Amino acid sequence: MSSILTLAILPLIGALLVAVLPNENVLRIKQAALGTTVLTALFGIFIATKFVSSDTTFQFTQKLEWIPSFSINFALGVDGLALVLILMSVVLVPIVLLAGWHESEGGRWSAKVFYILILVLETMMIGVFAATDLFLFYVIFEAMLIPVYFLIGGYGSGERAAAAVKFLIYSLFGGLLMLASIIGLYVISNNAGHATFDITELSQLHTVMSSSTQNLLFLGFFIAFAIKAPLWPLHTWLPDAAKAATPGTSVLLLGVLDKVGTFGMIRFCITIFPDASKTFTPVIIVLSVISIIYGAFLAIRARDLKRLIAYTSISHFGFITMGIFAMTTQGQSGATFYMFNHGFSTAALFIVGGWMISRRGSSTIADFGGLQRITPVMAWMFFIAGMSSLALPGLSSFVSEFLVLVGTYTRYPVAAVIATIGIVLAALYILIPVQKVLHGPTTAGNEDLPDLNLREKIAIAPVIAVIVAFGFYPSPLLNIINPTSAHVIHDAGFTDPAPTEIAGK
Amino acid sequence: MNTSTSLVYLIALPLAGAAALLLGGRRTDKWGHLLATALSASSFAVGLYQLSAMLGRSTEQRAVTQKLFSWIAVGNFNIDAALLLDQLSICFVLLITGVGTLIHIYSISYMEHDENRRRFFAYLNLFIAAMLLLVLGNSYLNLYVGWEGVGLASYLLIGFWNQKPAYATASKKAFIMNRVGDMGLSFAIMIAFATLGTTTFAGIAEVAPQASKAALTAIGIMLLVAATGKSAQFPLQAWLGDAMAGPTPVSALIHAATMVTAGVYLIVRSHFIFDLAPTAQLLVVIVGAITLLLGALIGTAKDDIKKALAASTMSQIGYMVLGAGLGPAGYAFAIMHLLTHGFFKASMFLGAGSVMHGMNDEVNMRKFGNLRKFMPITFVTFALGYLAIIGVPPFAGFYSKDAIIETAFNAGGVKGVILGSVALLGAAITAFYMSRVMILTFTSKARWDDDAHPHESPALMWIPIAILAVGSVASGFLFTRGHALVNWLTPVVGEHTGEHEELLAPIVVSGLALLAVVIGVAIAVIKYQLAEVENVAPENVSGLTRFVRKDLGQDALNEALFMRPGIVLTEVAEQLDVKVIDGAVCGVANMAIGSGSTLRRTQTGFARSYAAFILIGAVALIAGIWVVTQ
Amino acid sequence: MNPNNYLYVASLLFTIGAVGVVVRRNAIVVFMCVELMLNAANLAFVTFSRINGNLDGQVTAFFTMVVAACEVVVGLAIIVTIYRSRRSASVDDASLLKR
Repeated sequence: MSSILTLAILPLIGALLVAVLPNENVLRIKQAALGTTVLTALFGIFIATKFVSSDTTFQFTQKLEWIPSFSINFALGVDGLALVLILMSVVLVPIVLLAGWHESEGGRWSAKVFYILILVLETMMIGVFAATDLFLFYVIFEAMLIPVYFLIGGYGSGERAAAAVKFLIYSLFGGLLMLASIIGLYVISNNAGHATFDITELSQLHTVMSSSTQNLLFLGFFIAFAIKAPLWPLHTWLPDAAKAATPGTSVLLLGVLDKVGTFGMIRFCITIFPDASKTFTPVIIVLSVISIIYGAFLAIRARDLKRLIAYTSISHFGFITMGIFAMTTQGQSGATFYMFNHGFSTAALFIVGGWMISRRGSSTIADFGGLQRITPVMAWMFFIAGMSSLALPGLSSFVSEFLVLVGTYTRYPVAAVIATIGIVLAALYILIPVQKVLHGPTTAGNEDLPDLNLREKIAIAPVIAVIVAFGFYPSPLLNIINPTSAHVIHDAGFTDPAPTEIAGK
Repeated sequence: MNTSTSLVYLIALPLAGAAALLLGGRRTDKWGHLLATALSASSFAVGLYQLSAMLGRSTEQRAVTQKLFSWIAVGNFNIDAALLLDQLSICFVLLITGVGTLIHIYSISYMEHDENRRRFFAYLNLFIAAMLLLVLGNSYLNLYVGWEGVGLASYLLIGFWNQKPAYATASKKAFIMNRVGDMGLSFAIMIAFATLGTTTFAGIAEVAPQASKAALTAIGIMLLVAATGKSAQFPLQAWLGDAMAGPTPVSALIHAATMVTAGVYLIVRSHFIFDLAPTAQLLVVIVGAITLLLGALIGTAKDDIKKALAASTMSQIGYMVLGAGLGPAGYAFAIMHLLTHGFFKASMFLGAGSVMHGMNDEVNMRKFGNLRKFMPITFVTFALGYLAIIGVPPFAGFYSKDAIIETAFNAGGVKGVILGSVALLGAAITAFYMSRVMILTFTSKARWDDDAHPHESPALMWIPIAILAVGSVASGFLFTRGHALVNWLTPVVGEHTGEHEELLAPIVVSGLALLAVVIGVAIAVIKYQLAEVENVAPENVSGLTRFVRKDLGQDALNEALFMRPGIVLTEVAEQLDVKVIDGAVCGVANMAIGSGSTLRRTQTGFARSYAAFILIGAVALIAGIWVVTQ
Repeated sequence: MNPNNYLYVASLLFTIGAVGVVVRRNAIVVFMCVELMLNAANLAFVTFSRINGNLDGQVTAFFTMVVAACEVVVGLAIIVTIYRSRRSASVDDASLLKR
């Protein structure tokens, strides 16, 4: 059994463990769930240390026959891209559990169900990034909707049912288009003489596809991923879902699940359909730039803390897709690193925001005021999270954002220039709520808010540590990411533009 | 190039201080300020050590580098975390750590009664570290980290008393306007990488001659945008006045002596680009000339002592930018003015803080007067700074400002005449408004509030002021002795070649400058010393005065050009999102629901209607088949 | 005689039955119309059997008769039950299929 399979199964074992524990002993259930996820995280980090970054093929592979008549395999394996995202996922889950220690209470179902859903979701998160069989990917891609649907609908707040349905239908619609493309791809591979769902083999297929076929199949995949990511104008499910979900679920939703979209763009759209990617790149770059500016505008206007964070994410996902489709190594590596960083900076924002909301009993920004004097530690954490969101140099998000901008500039200067305006807008959408929430005189209703307790400090500390540490020293992750990015760009038939003014350098 | 292993300590020491004080929390309240001061001082000591080591090497061996680690390396975008200390940066290092340490000492006493003094010192240390990174980075991206780091520190310090909404707004305004400038720096780096393939100073200096003028001009203009943001130059100058919301030591350190001069540093550091891009260089002098007049004019109408000094800072930095825009002839003088300005402006700001300290934190100069009797040391030190800034020989400002005016006149042709005249006019206005500050505060009749009990500040406050005052007396003379600073900087910024014909002899320029100063001082004496001064600003003034009082409409302009359209845009975006995009999504959903409920009406529940449907369906099917098969 | 004539009769009977099912309200009449349609189908089957010269159609006709017999049993039972509970044999009185 390869270590990735072990990693994926660990949370599932935890889920079984939680399932057999008695319903009444909520504390024991929580401990079991947390223990499992911590163990998974440690094992994930251990695997990362064993990863050979110079090797661009899939590592830790595992292949079991699943449906042989359709040559479907249960195949797992990771490259740099997948490993970084898996790392992010397994580290975030225990943090989310610890930060939202009481989120499981007061839902429609028992705490036990909550933890089983989270643990099953974690297995799927690992599986979706590690799948090297397209069919397996698709199955997990769709199956992930189920636990999230129940987490939003069962444990959220406000119009949780409507938000959950909106999320589900949006995603299913995208999944349907992707299914059509997958079947098309399978048929083409069959006609080419060798029916397969294997990603590596499928990536050779573009030589036998006509450009119109490629374009259509590409669109099927891309729309599914653009909904997931979400890219303007397919984003409207996100603010509603983030508003209704518990902060922890929002972290997993925005931090991890949405990354499946951008992950898929690299893994499938670019790798399997390089020519179609080339055709659609201008359109996608434009949509990304619109996302960046548009999400920022909405965030500046936002009156609700959770919606604000969701809007900032739309802007950030614009940066990620722009980096991906800039088709330069800087853009590609920057986008991958951005996915990782966005996971942590959004986690910080949602976790701290969630604490503030649960203390104050409201998520309206105007209800807060002067928290810096009342809850200094919480205020600091919110501030640092905000700084990370606006990509302050010295924090990890700066490295990725700048890589994306530089990588885009070398090929699409105008897009990069417009996107850079986003950094001024980011200052606005972070500092306006920071001022309203943290600064000024303490307003009524905020005088007695308690500051962070030890559990909360322990939960947020690793997030802040990651944000700061990789800002100063991103090399360990960049070393994992770079070979994969270079490989993707090279296989798609692109080379980095050379400096225009320097001859023969 | 020589390498050094100790450069990193310059930055690491104050950074460690900031980290210790912020992470240590209230536990460090008792001794935090001492630790911060000690670390700042030790960073100064490292700086002195580096200077002595540098002096011990021959001219071309003086620059040293230290590579810490590979920071970002993707494809051919390779950025090392590396430091560069050369003749230019050592000037800044000593200014930052020296003035910084003095201001730390001053703040121990000034902030004694503030319960968050520890946090204040943490921010100060953070600022010192970031500012040092700014001047020590060996590439534009390293500089960028320091560039935004000082912006963050400035934001935190301006908003140190952010429980007051106006102060919180001021800090936000400063950060955002700075970010607009930072955007320029981002562009510059992107263009540099795309066209030249590198972002290090050395790398760009090497390949710049091969590059086209268009690319270099683009980089130069973007660097200028960055400089205008950080150095409060036109058109991004509006934040500096509001930034006076921060505690006075902050205004002295960040918004007078060091951070706001970073723009000048950037331009001088990028001399290899500007020297080859005359258009960008022309823009630099235009910005400098506009700002030096703009700041001086704003300074004439301010009653708030700190805001008057802030306007003066803006104007003086205008001089530096002007100098830096004049090419190799002006770089060294820009830096010289920057250093002398660091001394005299810091000393005056601290003096202003001392006055506020003795006057219940009053800042309105119309409520001061005759303070020389009560605060003799503050008066003397402030007066020394005053004489330096208006450019009276032999004080520091005379040497540096005179040199810039002279170089401006010698820029050649109409350009030289215009620039020189503007600089002269600025000198006259400077003399006027600084004399106004001096007279209103120290020499005119007392106009205090009833509860004011002016008293001299404690030694911990006046000693740093005194040291800076000595600097403002002597530094100019020392820098110009045997062209010491010019020669010192020549290996970095290049030699001034191709003599322009001197438009006016140096002695004539000095005479004209002194004449301008005398006129300015005279007007101020007549208006404020000899006449009666109201303790509230008169209302029946000309429209022009009112316009100047409103900072020449800078805020109104920004509001009309950016803020209001911005708000409208965000509103449009919100409506678009709710009505159009989400409207379309919900529309599809509603259409499905609607068609469902329409079809539902056919389900009556009556067996006969179902039978009828079956019949109709069957007939239609048969008919269809019949048609198709025919 | 031309076997097509039997088919015409069968379709005539079927149409009468179908129209009867749709337009009549009385459950018993509707029921009889259903039987009429079944027998029309039977007639068609037998005719086809004759035309094609094999027994398949006749076998099917027997099946249909058996099914029809079962249907009569069940159907009448339902009608009687409905009549008992509602005192009416009109099909339009009951729209139970809707809920």
